[in-house]
Amino acid sequence: MKHKMLRAVLASLLGVALVLTAGTPSVCAQGEQSRIVIDGSTTVGPIAKAFAEYYMSKHPEVNITVSESGSGNGAKSLVNGVCDVADMSRFMKQSEFKAAVDNGIMPVAHVVAMDGLPVIVHSSNPVKGLTVQQVRNIYAGKITNWREVGGPDARIVKISRDTNSGTYETFETIVMQKQRIAADVEYVGSNGAVRQSVQSTPTAIGYAGLGFVGSTVKALEINGIYPDRATVSSGRYPIARPLFMFTNGYPGLGTHLHAFVTLYLTEQGQDIIEDIGFVPVTNY
Amino acid sequence: MATESPQARDEALGEELLLGQGAGLMKTAGALVGHGFLLLVTSISALAVLFIFFFIIRDALPFFRLEGLRGFFTSTEWYPSGSPPVFGALALFFGSGLVTAGAVFVAVPLGVAAAVCMSDILPFGVRQIVKPVVEVLAAIPSVAFGFFALVVFAPMLQEHGGALLALGAWLIGAPLGFLAIVVLSDLLADRLPDGARWAGRAGFIVLLGGLAVLGMLRLTGALADVTIYSGRNALNVSIILGIMALPTVVSVSEDALSAVGRELREGSYALGATRAETMLKVVIPAARSGILAAVLLGVMRAIGETMVVWMASGNAAQIPKPWYNILEPVRTVTATIAGDMGEADHVTGSARYHVLFALALCLLTFSFLCNVVSEWASRRSRARSG
Repeated sequence: MKHKMLRAVLASLLGVALVLTAGTPSVCAQGEQSRIVIDGSTTVGPIAKAFAEYYMSKHPEVNITVSESGSGNGAKSLVNGVCDVADMSRFMKQSEFKAAVDNGIMPVAHVVAMDGLPVIVHSSNPVKGLTVQQVRNIYAGKITNWREVGGPDARIVKISRDTNSGTYETFETIVMQKQRIAADVEYVGSNGAVRQSVQSTPTAIGYAGLGFVGSTVKALEINGIYPDRATVSSGRYPIARPLFMFTNGYPGLGTHLHAFVTLYLTEQGQDIIEDIGFVPVTNY
Repeated sequence: MATESPQARDEALGEELLLGQGAGLMKTAGALVGHGFLLLVTSISALAVLFIFFFIIRDALPFFRLEGLRGFFTSTEWYPSGSPPVFGALALFFGSGLVTAGAVFVAVPLGVAAAVCMSDILPFGVRQIVKPVVEVLAAIPSVAFGFFALVVFAPMLQEHGGALLALGAWLIGAPLGFLAIVVLSDLLADRLPDGARWAGRAGFIVLLGGLAVLGMLRLTGALADVTIYSGRNALNVSIILGIMALPTVVSVSEDALSAVGRELREGSYALGATRAETMLKVVIPAARSGILAAVLLGVMRAIGETMVVWMASGNAAQIPKPWYNILEPVRTVTATIAGDMGEADHVTGSARYHVLFALALCLLTFSFLCNVVSEWASRRSRARSG
């Protein structure tokens, strides 16, 4: 009795599963590689991981591994033919291109999303905007009082992401431009902690991902431009950069690799990118 | 067993001795295996320590080979991600030292006073309640402490920093000042002729007490004007770490104080000493090795703590100006290891990776030395009281 019921349940489950798998259209040609190896930036990593999760749920036969070892290592892996996709939060350097070409690898860049960094202050702070130069001088310790940038007479408490993060890397590259960050800058471990610290400290300045600007903290205009989706994706907001995925040549049309690296062009891809807090390049 | 006659026991023993050779061998082998197994289990923990030392040293040495010792211990510039990277860990050691010293400053007076209170003053029934409550402090996860420090305590310091500092000054200053004034007036009154002694004593207490209160008012007035710009600083972390180290300090020093024999206390009372004199001049000096062990364990608890300092110390790799300014953010060795690990582990083999092991090695060496000293101290205290 029991056995029979169990068998019936199993059979119906199997049936449902078969119907489901048959229902999903298959993109790949027969015998195509079903393994995609991804390596590179810790900033782009979350996008790649979310894409991989989504893609593998649609195509269980594909195995995607994502490592986050930094943009430089990602480029190295692609040059050595160890990975199929190199995530990079910067463009390839000349030396990396040359090494790739010498190895018979032709790097092709796919801009999967834009990354913008609002500079945030306490909501009671009267300062409306700063220039990149001023932000740099604040973080370098040359401007130490809000008075010097049109605010109240109070010491500036500087808050930064930890040096682990891609957020820090972006800030260091675009804002600091090789200038050293002062020793008295406070470091915190997450975007959420930046916001928490800034919202509880009236004299604080910090920077975090676009998704972390809300009613509790105020984002500043930088060079007169307020950070939002439109200004970041159009490149008018200065503390922004494109995020890349590099492949060896343009992937063959219809392959899993092609479907994967063009996922950012689909509506689902756009949702995923928005969910993680980046700015998609598409606008559905 | 109790009903067995001596003869029966002897016979049983004889039977055991007369077992066949094979059975004897089996027994010896069984005992050997059993002992071996127990030895193995015991030595796993000892081996774990050795392995940790071995692996940390193995990964720390390449750093010193790459970057040398000098800059690491003398420079305050910590820019591991710069180009070229600079690995000056002095500010990190200083940060760890500062918050640990602060924690000791909070935990030791409070902890030892609480231990004295529990061992000699509180009635037994109350002690039975207080001790477990203090020990609950040890069970609170450090991330909860860190969350409290970041979300509750730091904003509090920013908003009411001056008032809190003044309150703290009174909490520390008032009892200390009171003790000092009483002792000082006693000493001064002793020099007066017999008849004037009581009046002189009262006069000195009023005079010194008045001066002290005036001084405290000035001090707290100045402190109340202090603005704390960032609540994520060495003071915040010191207080939280002090509270975290409290249960260790309390329970180890309470054990030490209880271990001081009843005879010593009774002897002291018999000689006419008051309870305070007995405590200060007999019991605490007799237990001082044990209290030293408690303090060192508290130090180890504070210096090794990571989560709280990572969340609430501000993590600015600087030596505050002036160096004793505990209202500035600092960065500790532990927070640096935790915070930089993610970025460093994918560049295995680089100085940036190995420097974290060098830091860990320094931390481990320090804890190890502390442990040795505290072990030595508690052994001494046991030997003396036992």
